[in-house]
Amino acid sequence: MTFAVVVFPGSNCDHDAEYAIRHAMGHDARFVWHKETSLGDVDVVVLPGGFSHGDYLRTGAIARFSPIMAAVRAFAERGGPVLGICNGFQILLECGMLPGAMLRNRDVTFHCEMVRLRVERVDTPFTRSATVGQVLRIPIAHGDGNYFAPPETIAELDAASRVVFRYVDAAGEVTEAANPNGSINGIAGITNAARNVVGLMPHPERACQDVVGSADGRVVFESVVASLAERGTVGVGAR
Amino acid sequence: MKARVFVTLKPSVFDPQGHTIAEALHSLGYGSIGEVRQGKYFELELDVASPAEAESLATEVASRVLANPVIESFRIELAAAAGGAS
Repeated sequence: MTFAVVVFPGSNCDHDAEYAIRHAMGHDARFVWHKETSLGDVDVVVLPGGFSHGDYLRTGAIARFSPIMAAVRAFAERGGPVLGICNGFQILLECGMLPGAMLRNRDVTFHCEMVRLRVERVDTPFTRSATVGQVLRIPIAHGDGNYFAPPETIAELDAASRVVFRYVDAAGEVTEAANPNGSINGIAGITNAARNVVGLMPHPERACQDVVGSADGRVVFESVVASLAERGTVGVGAR
Repeated sequence: MKARVFVTLKPSVFDPQGHTIAEALHSLGYGSIGEVRQGKYFELELDVASPAEAESLATEVASRVLANPVIESFRIELAAAAGGAS
């Protein structure tokens, strides 16, 4: 099982992702520089967190034009699982692989804290091994995580059950107080119509070992491994 | 040729920065200031031959890169470059 971790100038969670995949989860991980035009022989693509190209214009706005993104899009169109974490999620939004956009956090404050995420759907490759309603403790670290989409898009996401994670309180309920950034309906992560591309603001790769405060993020990586094993596509080398 | 591009959040989109600035102005005693909307302003120096080309190029860059159509809209003003008539 080989994961590609795409590295943009300004990515700063690329090594967190590689560490989690390789050392915490025991799979192979390969860095792919954003100027590359091929992902190589990999099974999963991770767009990591950070501040690609400095995020000076808008988060993810420039990374979207990186040469590797054509290969990421083609990989996703062939059904390959793609996970966008934080800035990676923002890039997926900017390039239109997921709908919506990020606004500045409601309180214009950078939030770096542990949050609770409720798993809404287990029919994505990144949540397959979780259970519906399961609450994960996973950290966030972002200033622009206030998920916005027009009402018709929110209605589409709800109708097609494409909200994968929501911010919740200790009782597992979506509340204003438990929403760290003002995202509509507490949305923390969504999937595409084909359900193989998932973006989320929280950092599961930073929650894969008890020593860092939580191992709840492991289920995201375990899920995609189980999902690919089930499909029998491991080693097929979706290029 | 110079193009000025004004990028603003669509009216339906909440503007956290504008909201915070309005609160700051109120706390400074400017009670007659209502809502504040913050946006971005770009000046593009364009090496093109005609206003039509300038308009076309600025529009392409604004819609493709400078603004995110999901949350933002933009408006373009053309002006002669520095040194020319304004």
